[in-house]
Amino acid sequence: MGSKINIKNLNFFYGADQALFDISLKIPERQVMAFIGPSGCGKSTFLRVLNRMNDTIPIAKVSGTVKIDGKDIYAPKTDVVALRRKVGMVFQKSNPFPKTIFENVAYGIRINRMHKDKTDLEERVEKALKDSALWDEVKDRLNTSAFGLSGGQQQRLCIARALAVQPEVILMDEPASALDPIATQKIEELVVELKEHYTIAIVTHNMQQAARVSDRTAFFMLGKLIEVNPTERMFTHPDEKLTEDYITGRFG
Amino acid sequence: MSKTGTIGDSVFRTILIIFAATILVIVAAMIAMMVQNSIPTIREFGFGFLTGSRWLPASDIYGALPFIYGTIVSSLIALILAVPLSLGIAIFLVEQAPARIARPIAFMVELLAAIPSVVYGLWGIFVLAPFIRVYLGPFLQNYFGFIPLFQGRLTGIGMLTGGIIMALMVTPIVTAVVRDVLEVVPTAQREAALALGATKWETTVIVLGNAASGIAGAVVLGLGRALGETMAVTMVIGNSPQISASLFEPAYTIASVLAANFAEATDKLYMSALIEMGLVLFLVTFIVNALAKLLVLRVAKRQTGH
Amino acid sequence: MANDIAHNRRKFVSGVMTSLTAACATFVIAILVIILAYIAYRGFSAISWEFLTETPKPVGEGGGIGNAIVGSGIMTVLASLIGLPIGIGAGVYLAEFGDKWFGTTVRFFADTLIGVPSIIVGIFVYTLIVLPMTRQSGFAGSLSLAIIMIPIVARTTEEMIRLVPKSMREGALALGAPQWRVTWNIVLPAAASGIATGAMLAIARISGETAPLLFTALNSRFYNFYVDQPMSSLTVQIYNFATGPFEVEHQMAWAATLILVGLILIINIIVRMFTKKKY
Repeated sequence: MGSKINIKNLNFFYGADQALFDISLKIPERQVMAFIGPSGCGKSTFLRVLNRMNDTIPIAKVSGTVKIDGKDIYAPKTDVVALRRKVGMVFQKSNPFPKTIFENVAYGIRINRMHKDKTDLEERVEKALKDSALWDEVKDRLNTSAFGLSGGQQQRLCIARALAVQPEVILMDEPASALDPIATQKIEELVVELKEHYTIAIVTHNMQQAARVSDRTAFFMLGKLIEVNPTERMFTHPDEKLTEDYITGRFG
Repeated sequence: MSKTGTIGDSVFRTILIIFAATILVIVAAMIAMMVQNSIPTIREFGFGFLTGSRWLPASDIYGALPFIYGTIVSSLIALILAVPLSLGIAIFLVEQAPARIARPIAFMVELLAAIPSVVYGLWGIFVLAPFIRVYLGPFLQNYFGFIPLFQGRLTGIGMLTGGIIMALMVTPIVTAVVRDVLEVVPTAQREAALALGATKWETTVIVLGNAASGIAGAVVLGLGRALGETMAVTMVIGNSPQISASLFEPAYTIASVLAANFAEATDKLYMSALIEMGLVLFLVTFIVNALAKLLVLRVAKRQTGH
Repeated sequence: MANDIAHNRRKFVSGVMTSLTAACATFVIAILVIILAYIAYRGFSAISWEFLTETPKPVGEGGGIGNAIVGSGIMTVLASLIGLPIGIGAGVYLAEFGDKWFGTTVRFFADTLIGVPSIIVGIFVYTLIVLPMTRQSGFAGSLSLAIIMIPIVARTTEEMIRLVPKSMREGALALGAPQWRVTWNIVLPAAASGIATGAMLAIARISGETAPLLFTALNSRFYNFYVDQPMSSLTVQIYNFATGPFEVEHQMAWAATLILVGLILIINIIVRMFTKKKY
């Protein structure tokens, strides 16, 4: 199994403050990798390194290499717009646009001019909504405002929106942290289904969630990568004492 | 709570209520005085006052239409020029420029709002009007002279000059409000667009969509300012009560006829006619401002409510 | 590939739009610089001690704007004496008790009053003061300026007080202090610099007002220290000079403008230097 993303000696700074220290890590293709750790450990910052979302912060600085499909995404000639299309992202709080449900999903297709005609556009939207397990709930009200959906539905809409542009990697930043248990369960089921076609990196503060959805887990603390291992092993026989302390709840 | 505290509190509160009520008293008194003083013309002309197009104080004929026309057209010119300009500046300041460039530029735009109207008027007479007479006017006549808007004699003083000077004065105000509404659009909206592979401009379009009603509010607020703009316009619009298709011809606005003639209006009916126009202007700006406030509030509410 | 062309076009459009918005900003800054530079260029040459101290004389005999400077000073001070206490008081009310219907109403009317053209305020004061007194006066002018000031000061004061953290008041209230003491001794001092800033900006604003003075204070050719008499002001003087037929008058208009704009810019820059937040 090849690795989709290959990170070597990654350091990240906010101005003078270093947020990530010398991180080297491989994310395998078509698997779910979970990132856990106490809040402020750098796991979200790490995730945003992978689609260069941190570029929006003027004082942010990155060193080391991050290769996706063998290409360094921090190379000077990188096309960030194309990169972000390939590496989709789902945020902690659902953030639909103030448009209809249909237009939310269609947005990425439209700006990237991916559709041949109107029918093609509609098919793509339908497929994305089906893939995010939302179709049955919204097919009769595609032209109503996205704000009319429940929190969990909004989050799945955001996933559909991300899927519609046909990314290869999906980054999820605590996608279920604002949702109730039933909505959370739906998102988790979806994550497991999606890994058939996509490489997924998911940040979570919920260790049970990591255990349920991921194939491999990485544990971060204070900006350092402490341990990466297959999830099952991580939660039963961690290599590191720190990991064990965190998992068993001795701090956190 | 001690007794002195209770008494102190009610005294304190009463004093503050009086101060606050002063604002209501001012507005009420304003309406009352203006209505009372415009009764003579209301009696004499009724609704025809607003539709009459002849203004001949010497013969006691008062029709406000030329002033209403001048006010609306000059304000429209101002908005057509100022709105795209203000949107551009606000977008540049909030979405495009790094903070260390944006801050001094924002301050300079604010300074533009601090320059008094009479100073714009002075500058308009001696810099803008000659510029329009010598450069802009002939240019427009050469290329667009077939449109009636740009026909007629070129003196540099007239409707277009009034509209342009108003545009300069309205721009900083509209910019400031648009900036505020863009700033309350959540970062999450920008990130959502960026994460889908949107370019900077495509992301900005999403932000504008979020702020749409607030931007409408800013435009309406600008309209309110333009309608009531007085000194600068009085000095460059030519002060002639006529309705002409040409933008180069002199015109008159409600505010400028008040500024130019009120002091000389000793005749009772003449003064009443001017005050009634003042009343009309007051009511219109009042409604326009209330509408603007409503629109801007809607953005703020949605962003915090969601 | 067709997709590549579309992709490059999108990035091109984005770049063009960024440049366009930058051009808008540059244009407006250029206008500001042109206006200020032209005022400085025309104004400096006409400023002299005589110009600053003498009263207007018939065209060709020199003269100055001494009485207009004094008149503007008197009216601005008097307007502030009337407008600041009422405005600040109303602002304190809005911030501390203004969440019920009465506060909402006052806030709404204050906001709309801010947007009412200042010439309307002039007409109002004319009918209220000038007609009964049968003559224009410095007091009528001051009252017009005060009315313009009140809603502005009220709203900035309210905003500044609302910035004072709740914990600060609660701390004092928990000690058993009555509300008025908390407001007077804790909240107001904490908001003082913000309120002062708002007041300064309001003063800068009224010192540039012309329209409301045209037929309330009118004008005067002499030094006048009595507020029941017509009074000269810098702004009305600029208007008269600017619309006069003679080049000498225009010269004096630019010089008077230099002084007025200089004053207003200095206030704005000082306010900016002492506050990091934007107003």
